Amino acid sequence: MGGKHYLPLTEEDRNEMLSVIGAGSVDDLFADIPADLRFKGNLELEPAMSELEVLKHLQQMADKNRHFQNCISFMGAGIYDHYIPSLVSHVTGRSEFYTAYTPYQPEVSQGTLQTIFEYQTMICQLTGMDVANASMYDGGTALTEGAIMGCGATRRSRVLVSRSVSPFYRAVMRNYFNSRGLIMDEIPLRDGCTDREALLNMIDENVAAVALQQPNFFGMVENMNGLANIIHERKALFLVSVDPISLGLLQTPAEYGADIVAGEGQCLGIPASFGGPALGILAAREKYVRQMPGRIAGETVDSEGNRGFALTLQTREQHIRREKAASNICSNEALLALAASVYLSAMGPQGVREVAEQCLQKTSYAREKITAINGFELVFPGIYFKEFAVKLPVSPEDANLHLLKKNILGGVDISQFYPELDQTMLFAVTEKRTREEIDILVGELEELK
Amino acid sequence: MRKPKDLLFEISRPGRRGYSLSDCDVPEKSLDSILPLALQRSEFPCLPELSEGEVIRHYTELSTRNYGVDTGFYPLGSCTMKYNPKVNEEAAAIPGFASLHPCQPENTAEGGLELLYGLEQALKAITGMDRFTLQPAAGAHGELTGLMIIQAYHRNRGDIKRNKVLIPLSAHGTNPATVSMAGYEVVQVPCDERGLVDLEALKEVVDGTVAALMLTNPSTLGLFEEDISAMAGVVHEAGGLLYYDGANMNAIMGYTRPGDMGFDVVHLNMHKTFSTPHGGGGPGSGPVGVKQRLVPYLPVPLVDKKNGQYCFNYDLPESIGKVHSFYGNFGVLVKAYTYIKMMGAEGLKQASGDAVLNANYLMHKLKRRYQLPYDRVCKHEFVLSARAEKKKGAGAGDIAKALLDRGFHPPTVYFPLILEEALMIEPTETETRETLDKFATAMVAIADDIDNDPEKVAHGPYKTVVGRLDEVRAARSPVLCWKKNE
Repeated sequence: MGGKHYLPLTEEDRNEMLSVIGAGSVDDLFADIPADLRFKGNLELEPAMSELEVLKHLQQMADKNRHFQNCISFMGAGIYDHYIPSLVSHVTGRSEFYTAYTPYQPEVSQGTLQTIFEYQTMICQLTGMDVANASMYDGGTALTEGAIMGCGATRRSRVLVSRSVSPFYRAVMRNYFNSRGLIMDEIPLRDGCTDREALLNMIDENVAAVALQQPNFFGMVENMNGLANIIHERKALFLVSVDPISLGLLQTPAEYGADIVAGEGQCLGIPASFGGPALGILAAREKYVRQMPGRIAGETVDSEGNRGFALTLQTREQHIRREKAASNICSNEALLALAASVYLSAMGPQGVREVAEQCLQKTSYAREKITAINGFELVFPGIYFKEFAVKLPVSPEDANLHLLKKNILGGVDISQFYPELDQTMLFAVTEKRTREEIDILVGELEELK
Repeated sequence: MRKPKDLLFEISRPGRRGYSLSDCDVPEKSLDSILPLALQRSEFPCLPELSEGEVIRHYTELSTRNYGVDTGFYPLGSCTMKYNPKVNEEAAAIPGFASLHPCQPENTAEGGLELLYGLEQALKAITGMDRFTLQPAAGAHGELTGLMIIQAYHRNRGDIKRNKVLIPLSAHGTNPATVSMAGYEVVQVPCDERGLVDLEALKEVVDGTVAALMLTNPSTLGLFEEDISAMAGVVHEAGGLLYYDGANMNAIMGYTRPGDMGFDVVHLNMHKTFSTPHGGGGPGSGPVGVKQRLVPYLPVPLVDKKNGQYCFNYDLPESIGKVHSFYGNFGVLVKAYTYIKMMGAEGLKQASGDAVLNANYLMHKLKRRYQLPYDRVCKHEFVLSARAEKKKGAGAGDIAKALLDRGFHPPTVYFPLILEEALMIEPTETETRETLDKFATAMVAIADDIDNDPEKVAHGPYKTVVGRLDEVRAARSPVLCWKKNE
């Protein structure tokens, strides 16, 4: 029998406790549940397993999967196979961190609170923003809540989102906006980037925010210069979704005039885990802090003047403001923010830059090699960071089937999100890929033409 | 006991490094030729520069400034801080799960799909609902997903006049916040002298403009809403739907099911009832279950089984769409699945039975010394009021700090809002009788301290690494990140 070892009460304990209470049986404690609602019989679950059995069972299931450890992966589209230094899981595996609740009692939560404060600082350093929160669920919900912040700050209800923003993120935003009665309009593409002329025609006094992604979904570095002026002239806010690794190298959102920055932090030392738990990053200029959702840690002092940290500006939050809160978010992704902090502490400014440079160099190498193959065309000309979209001579499905035989997880098929791009695959090349691995991919793709 | 701690940035020294990367082995080009200078950042981010050993020591020391379930008793009401089994962590770290990419072709992620499918079957059995989405990443995220489904259901029927959602006064703060987020108006429903939802008051506010009633059962007072069937009748008759906030599901597994109580939509908290750790605030996971008539509105994709093969089903034309970029917090779902497999039907029922027994036992011991406003059998938690102690000079918040000095994590304080000086206590089933006895002794000793020297209790804690923090100052002049040269 399985999990009974989590339950310490003995029969003797139960009997003695019942007699203290003055109840005849545990069932008596459920007498307030009306008889017709009481569940009869056993829940229809499979028999309990021992720890050994459950691990075997799970391993058998996991063995059916192909993954980063038994394949060479070129999958990206928001979730990447970056190197995770050994120390990260050793810190997040400390149970003083992972078995703690939200730090509402700051005197016994200085560990969590200080890590949040340091995380906020590092996100501000990467993005150039003034404030960051303790995390959102993922890149999609972070961007969506950033857009809602924009609506709150401007008291407007329409947001323009570039079609070069991840289709996964746009799907989440569309749903949230639809529910809340906000309007989301998409800015068309031009050569794989946001069409500026279209943006100029679409933006008006009803637009709360304009959302772009850098690098965009196709891996392209968009030219952000001048956009802030266009957006700010209409008193709208400039919202951008970033890849934090790219900020080791790329112009910061602050440098090109963004007001709110969202992003997916999975690339900062977090396993892919089929897409979650990931890390929603949200940061902004100081004047928008009151519209910011989620937890924020702040520095303060204790009764004796010692420095300490506490959750702050809680009047934005649901447990204080209830229906007037900036968002309903309560649980966030604190442990993943911790993982990102540990990653960034170990990598430092040099390490993050080196990872970014290797992504750039290896992507450039892979792109040239792949697009040199007859029948493989780069979909858009431009500047690429760590992924690129290629039109294949065969269907991406067939290509992946072929690659899998050689233990390669090929690219992501993006035709389904962009009907105008048929047979198109998005390849991601992180610092983890070696020249040899890229050459193997190229060799296998050559067989497809 | 006071111990200062430096920030990462204060121990950083230029030139130290804590990483090891392979050399770039592709032919390199000049950086500016592949990334024009104008697109590069002008200066390095000010991240810490530390050796690996320093990073580890920093975080190890920080971990000692924290309190988790593994540290000690954590009777935080409505948070279900039960023991987090270690096998869960091992399960989620299996490379075949942890290194799975969400965009992989279905046939390369069969094991992942099988786990999602299996978990859905188990949650259906436990709750009596017809289908689940596992996409929501937290309880509040589940609430929002649930309301979006309810909204889509009404809208699809052309029933667009419904603009209100009913919530009892005792509800979690996320409920009203979620209602606003979904564009609805909140209507509060009062409680009666039993601490239960006032059925007569409910009847008065239910009409054709009500989209749903959101309810936690047992309530945040730890009391089972005995009139639930009648409430369901009233709401359904007016065309509204019933939403079950599963925050307190740990009280009733195997004893009763929300699906049998008349609820149309249910969310569960994997990080409460199903033993996945809270992570210092997250990640959580908040699957949402619905009755058949709402299945068409669930987020895409669902996981189906066809001819023995597991597959994603995106073919739901009425679906609300997506609430998460991918499939939710899969890593957390692996842990919840592992827990359910370990417990089985009998184990889960016993967990709920013991949780309720522990709560009633502790309630019984504490009501001799503290005011218990609703003195009736409780479920997994109960709420005391420290009104009398507050009058003497130290209230619920001060009692919480005094507990810290005695080595316990305090209960939830000042919630639910319907009670003054509330102390909401949830012991969970994974605590021993001895722990409960020690906690009760500590609570009684604190009550004695308040009788003798309330001033002292009002200024604690004394034994923690920092003293009572000035939260007003933190909010009035916010310092939200470290700045160089400060």
